[in-house]
Parts: sequence; C-alpha cells; structure tokens
Amino acid sequence: MGIVGRDGGGNDATDSSSVVEVKQVVGEKVPHIVIDNLTMTYGERVIQQNLNFTVNHRDIFVIMGGSGCGKSTLLKHMIGLYHPHQGDVIVDGHALWKGSAYKRQQLMRHFGITYQAGALISSLTLAENIGMPLDLYTDLSPADIAELVNLKLAMVGLAGFGSYYPSEVSGGMMKRAALARALALDPEILFFDEPSAGLDPISARRLDDLILELSESMRATIVMVTHELASIFAIANNSVFLDAQSKTLLATGHPAELLQSCPIEKVQAFLRRGEATPERTGKEAHVTQS
Amino acid sequence: MANKDRLIYRLPDTETLVIKLVGEWDLSEGLVSTDDFAQQLSFNPALKAVVVDGRQLKHWDSSLICYLRSVVSTVAANNLSLEYLHTPEGVLRLIKLADAVPESISNVEVKPGFSLTESVGKRAIHFYQEMSHFTGFVGESVIAFVNFYRGKAVYRRVDFFGFIEDSGPSSLAIVTLISLLIGMILAFVGAVQLEKFGASIYVASLVGLSMAREMAAMMTAIIMAGRTGAAFAAQLGSMQVNEEIDALKTMGVSPVEFLVVPRMLALVIMLPLLTIYANVMGILGGALVSKLMLDITWSMYIDQMMSTVPLIHFVIGLIKSVLFGVVIALSGCFMGMSSGRSASAVGKATTNAVVLGIVLIIVFDSLVTIATTVIGV
Repeated sequence: MGIVGRDGGGNDATDSSSVVEVKQVVGEKVPHIVIDNLTMTYGERVIQQNLNFTVNHRDIFVIMGGSGCGKSTLLKHMIGLYHPHQGDVIVDGHALWKGSAYKRQQLMRHFGITYQAGALISSLTLAENIGMPLDLYTDLSPADIAELVNLKLAMVGLAGFGSYYPSEVSGGMMKRAALARALALDPEILFFDEPSAGLDPISARRLDDLILELSESMRATIVMVTHELASIFAIANNSVFLDAQSKTLLATGHPAELLQSCPIEKVQAFLRRGEATPERTGKEAHVTQS
Repeated sequence: MANKDRLIYRLPDTETLVIKLVGEWDLSEGLVSTDDFAQQLSFNPALKAVVVDGRQLKHWDSSLICYLRSVVSTVAANNLSLEYLHTPEGVLRLIKLADAVPESISNVEVKPGFSLTESVGKRAIHFYQEMSHFTGFVGESVIAFVNFYRGKAVYRRVDFFGFIEDSGPSSLAIVTLISLLIGMILAFVGAVQLEKFGASIYVASLVGLSMAREMAAMMTAIIMAGRTGAAFAAQLGSMQVNEEIDALKTMGVSPVEFLVVPRMLALVIMLPLLTIYANVMGILGGALVSKLMLDITWSMYIDQMMSTVPLIHFVIGLIKSVLFGVVIALSGCFMGMSSGRSASAVGKATTNAVVLGIVLIIVFDSLVTIATTVIGV
C-alpha cells in the first residue's frame, strides 16, 4: 500500500486535465473500509450488532451516537484492538480479523491513531514519542528520523517543542503532538477518538482545520468518533449514527443531509442538540415509528 | 535508493536550474540529501531561479516534503526565485503547513539549555520546597489526628478496616518467610563462632536480643515500606491523576483526614502486631538451627533466652515499630499526594515512597538506638 501521496504530478490541481480525473475518482467512491455484518460484545452483552457500512477513500467519516452506544468500541474494532464477536472489518479488500495476526499487523501499520487523551508516553519527549514508530518500523538513520520528527512537529504547529515532555504542554498541544505521532509513518487512514474533547472552542476549531488540511493535502481517509456538532458539520462528509437501544446503526450519510432529511427522531435530536425539529413538532413519534 | 533515481538536475540556461522529481518517493528508501542541489548552486553562480518539476513524479510521501523544505530554505538563503511546475497540490500545502509559524510558540516558555550552576540551584530550591511541603504535610497529619481523636475527622470506617486487612493479615506470609530466615541466619552465624569457645548456648541470647531489639522491627518495617508504603503512594498518585483528591477538596473534605488518617492508623496498629509475630518467627528460626546444628533442646533454648533477654528489649522493638509505622505511612501518603498527574509521575512517586520510607526507618532506628544508649536502657 502507498503512503502520503497516491498520485504524482499528473494529478496536480494546477493541471486542468487531471482535475477531472481526481473528481472522477472521488465521484466513484472507492471503498476503503467495509464494516461487514459486525457484531460487538463485552462478554455476553451485545454492544452493537449486524453493522454494515462503508468508509470510502478520502472520506472524513464520523461515528456518531449517544453516550454508551459503542462508538469508541467500534473504533477499537476497526483499528484491530478488539476482536469482533461476528463479522469483520475489510480494509482495502483485506479482512482484518479473518486473516493471520501477521497480516493484521501489516494492515495496522497503515493506520494512524490518536486517542481521546492523546496517549503520549509520559516518560518520553514529544520528539521521542513521534520518532518511536519511525525507529520501530523503518531502517532510517537517527539523523533522518530527527528530520522527519521535525517535519511532523512543524506540520502540526509544534516546531521547537520536541524536547518538551507531554506534561509540560497544554491539552491542545498534546493532542496535536499525538496527531504528529499518528502521522509519523504517513498512514493511509487516520483514526481519531474524540479529538476535540476537553479543548476550548478555539483550540478545537484549530484542530479541526488541521485535520481538514492534512486530510486534503495527504489524501488520507479519516475516521473520527466525536460528539462535537461543530466539528461534525465543519469537516465530516460521511457518517454513521449508532443507537444504544436498538443496538444497531440508525442512519448513514453526510451529516448535513441527515440533518435536512433524516426522518429518525433520535438522529434529529442528536444533530439539533435535543431541540425539536420545527416542522415535525408534535408528530415526531409517528414519523419515527413509521 | 540513490538520489539519482528520484532526482534529475537540468540547466536549460545559465540562470535556471530545473529539479525534476522522478518516480516513487518512499520513506522506506531513506531521505534524499540536498548535497547535490547545493553543489549545483555552487557550480553555477549565475543561477537566478530554481524550478521544481513534478511531471514525472509517481508516488510521494514525507521524504519528498523533507527534501523540498530543505530546497526551499537553501533557495531562500541564496536569494533565488522558486517555481513549482506540475507539483501535486498536497505537497505544496504540506510545505506551507510545515512552514507556518506556530501560534502557540509564544505561549510556552522556551526551554533553556543545560547549566550546571542553574541545575544545582534548581535542585537545592526543589529540595527546600519538598522539605517545606513534607513539614506542612506532617503538620496537616497531626491536625487530622487531633480531629480524629475529637471524633470530628471525616473518613470511612470500611476503608480503615480494608487497610487493616491489607497491612496485617495479607502481609503474614512474607513476614513469616523473612523473619524465619533472619532468625536462622543469625543462629547459623552465631553458632559457627560461639561453638569455637564452647558457648553454643548463647546462640539463643544472640537471636533473642537481635530479633527483639532490632531485626524484627526493622525487617518488618522494610517489608511494609516496600509493600504497603508503595501501595499507598500508587493509590494516592492514581487518585491525583484522576483528580479525585481535587474533588475531595472541593467537597470540603480534608484529603489528609479522609485518605491519610485511616492508612496511617492501620499501619500504626498493625506494624507492632506484625513485629511481635516476626519476633516469634525469628526466635523459632533460631531454635530450629540450634536444635539441628548444636543439639540444643527447645526448653534449653527458651530458658537461656528468657534469662538473658529482658522484656525491655521487646518493648524497645515495639516502640520502634510504632515509629516505623508512622514513618512508612507518612512517606507513602506524602509521595502519593504530591505525585504529578501522569503515569510516569505515579511510578516515580511509588519509588520515592519506598526509598524515603527505608531511609527514614534507618534514621529513626539510629536515633532510638542512640537515645536508649544515652539513657542506659
């Protein structure tokens, strides 16, 4: 599998003939991750069942739903941390769970993951945190690793902070450093678990802009778990809505389109922060049941 | 992969250098050096412009961004113009993103370089601050105990009994093993020497006196510092990370009363009891060796010990164990409460609790020994 750029100068946006080609590829919606009849459980307890949806190449895909519906659990199944009870996660045509552990490890190397609290190793500096995957999975020299670490830090706006420990920087900076670590191996797919949780609106917006910019320039697919409506509407172009009660997904599609046309009350309530939809007030229950 | 596989330098005229990006740029092949580019600049002093041509580029990643950033800085340093032709938009955006001045750089203090004088000074100040905090913590603990005595301390009895169990019955196995072995070692070492003078019977006195006055209390205390003191530091450090201690403060509950008092009380009660038990086990270990090596009967051993080791030595040992209990609980709880808010900080607090606990045990043992010698006990 390739890494940052899947195309060369031939797809240059400055080249008018290739712009069409890019649009055609985007228009074709090439599947990148397919969730195939996935059922997740904790012991005997079913979290979500029979999930089927597709994340396309270069999607910014959001997993939405109320608290406790299994969003983070789904993400952990997608990144290969939790074994599904049933079904599989297909990445670029390769089954994540039905194949061997070695094959799974190979697929997982193309993932970049940022966790809710950053999950930076507290005993390592930011530079050491970012350099660790490069050190583990490439044969690059220490000088090359240092240069790449500086590039990744610069890309997330943390140039010059390499010698700081995670405890010495702010929450927003820690999340950006975690993003830099996720970018270390130029992943094809970036997974985010609540990226803007605990950040002030300005830092959250800055992080959203950064994710959007990286997604567009690196042409990576992004899968994100978030509750932040501002983030969802600002950057997502595809989504899935999970329901804790029925233990399955209720809706998929562009968040703005779901807001406009999804008839399901729970989805509308979530996307409108619990406010009733003006045109449906009083008849919502009937619409939902139907 | 060599640079020539990924780069072609062309000079269409004396003022322009064209860098053709070719083929696949992959991190696994290593980064591309800009030495060749610098050489081209030095060989062609008339150059005024550099053109990066990405027409033949097939695949790229961070290795290309690293190379082009280096080119950009060299071009800027030589006052040349730079133009991109057919270069992927993503590449240009990433270079721009990486070169954007981070807004937050002014928000964080710039880290100074290493200075020996500054480092020594900082450590001295840190030590002074730590001592001040520790003294303050001891003071808070005293106030909390006064409140406890007056029945006004806020704590949960169930926690207290949990700590009693953790500090007492749960530690019996390790105390049994260590004390029995210490008694046997003392008896063995004594037997080898005393047998030469025909004074084997004094092994009982040696083991009894050593265990009663020093070894039982000290070894039990060291075990408890490593076991319970470390556990206290880890528990309280984790609570610090989860902001549970902050939550107690905001609820108007003294963390020292709620968290430290039951732990300290449990240890102060259980350590003397464990010390008595360790005495019994140590003496038993000595008797076992005496019986097997020196043919001293159980009754002879006990009679000799009772006649040569007065009760006061056991009392001194028990007084020490009370002091050690306070010291272990204080060091464990202090390190936990003053822990940082990260996983490594909790580990550090745990290590510090054990080290501080053992150091204080030895210091207090020496002080009690000097005091008892001065007063002639």
